[in-house]
Amino acid sequence: MTSKTMRPDDRKYFESHEWAKQDGDAVIIGITDFAVAALSNGNDSDLVYCDLPEPGRELAQGETFGEIESVKAVSDLNSPVAGEVLEINHKIEEHLEILARDPWNEGWMIRVKPTSKNWASEKLMSAAEYEKFLEAQKH
Amino acid sequence: MKHTALHEAHERLGAKLIEFGGWHMPVQYGPILDEVNTVRTKAGLFDLGHMGRVHVTGKDAVRYVDRIATNFCAKIPTNSIRYSLFCREDGFPIDDILLYKEEAGTVFIVVNASNTAADLAWMREHTRGFDVKIEDQTDALGMIAIQGQVSRDVLQKLVEGYDLGALGYYKFCFATVCGIQGMRISRTGYTGELGYELYVPQKDTARVWNALLEAGKSHGVAPIGLGARDILRLEAGMPLYGHEIDATHQPLEAGLSFGVSFAPEKGDWIGRAALERAKAQPTRRLVGLTTPGPRVPRQGTPVFRGDAQIGEVASGGVSPTISKNIASAFVKLGCDQPGLALELDFKGKRQACTVQELPFFSRTRK
Repeated sequence: MTSKTMRPDDRKYFESHEWAKQDGDAVIIGITDFAVAALSNGNDSDLVYCDLPEPGRELAQGETFGEIESVKAVSDLNSPVAGEVLEINHKIEEHLEILARDPWNEGWMIRVKPTSKNWASEKLMSAAEYEKFLEAQKH
Repeated sequence: MKHTALHEAHERLGAKLIEFGGWHMPVQYGPILDEVNTVRTKAGLFDLGHMGRVHVTGKDAVRYVDRIATNFCAKIPTNSIRYSLFCREDGFPIDDILLYKEEAGTVFIVVNASNTAADLAWMREHTRGFDVKIEDQTDALGMIAIQGQVSRDVLQKLVEGYDLGALGYYKFCFATVCGIQGMRISRTGYTGELGYELYVPQKDTARVWNALLEAGKSHGVAPIGLGARDILRLEAGMPLYGHEIDATHQPLEAGLSFGVSFAPEKGDWIGRAALERAKAQPTRRLVGLTTPGPRVPRQGTPVFRGDAQIGEVASGGVSPTISKNIASAFVKLGCDQPGLALELDFKGKRQACTVQELPFFSRTRK
């Protein structure tokens, strides 16, 4: 199941398979296609639940902000960026299939006001680095 | 990781494989809930090559099994099967097992993959004073299950000279399957459906698997992974070692008294005294929980009645058959009445649930 399609390089990637993308002054956060596939094995009906935080919550980098659950297991959602939660995407709580269809845009999870403007320089990977990271994990 | 005889077949079928009990096993071939539905409405094929298979022979075989296992082996009719357990002196199980009582006074035992090594070591430790021989046949035999309403029709196509309609629940026979003589067929399973388990010589396992898939094609038979198997057994109220029973959950509180004999004629057996004490002073028992909420109960999810934690989930999952999230849970006596409203605790967030008796669904049990 090695996809040769490059992941979007307009954003940064985190080691627990979330992405973060600048959106005006804010940052939007979601999970990668790899995370979705690992949870659901490509079957979107296997995703059953997603728990997202209340707006106003302060997150440290790497802090768990929610959970996503498949038929098989629960996984933590960890924030790639330190900041305050401004908004959550309620739509995916009811329509988890969005995550399988479009994890990059429609499937965003939370919008965060980053603590630092230079958030992108902290322990995050480019699309190419994330690709290598996934490759290395296979072995 | 060990591979079963069907490893290549699984890869060809596009299965997702995971480590389970030291084996590389298919967790799913497609969506897990679709696989559950296939078994509930048609039939599914399962690779059970990972399960341990042990033959106990010698003139003391039955007497020996009656010393080390909880059910009353001497009372099992020939060609019948009984659920049983191996327990330690303290009454807590090492494993749960099936005992096949054979005509020759010998016993064939099927054990869990993850416990096979421990079971064998323990069996060998307790042979003193018995004329028995313990033979591990796990690597010599493959094991395939076909489970579901059409399983009899499909399997019958491959069986010569034997009418499967004559084989009762928890009985076994030896018949010719795919031209292979003397194959052990048992009417057993882990799904709550009509079904059969086949013990196939290792070298023929892939051929029999493919023949079953081919014969079942027109009936909608499909291969089923461990993910669906776990939901099917939970719906059917069947225990899984490490969940409903383990080193801290004994069989009586898990509702498995039918596998434990206190008959005086069975004599003393390992764990008997401890389980007799436990029987006299029960504190909790295994019940079913259904929840209308979105969260799926998982092993360890706390169960509350008001402010008091009164139990803990043993197994949980999504049940496509009753369209609810379900769990088996140990709850305090007094909090176990069917219909009682309780709450599941998901890291501080509560979700309503209701007590019911197990099973959630079964065609083999009421």
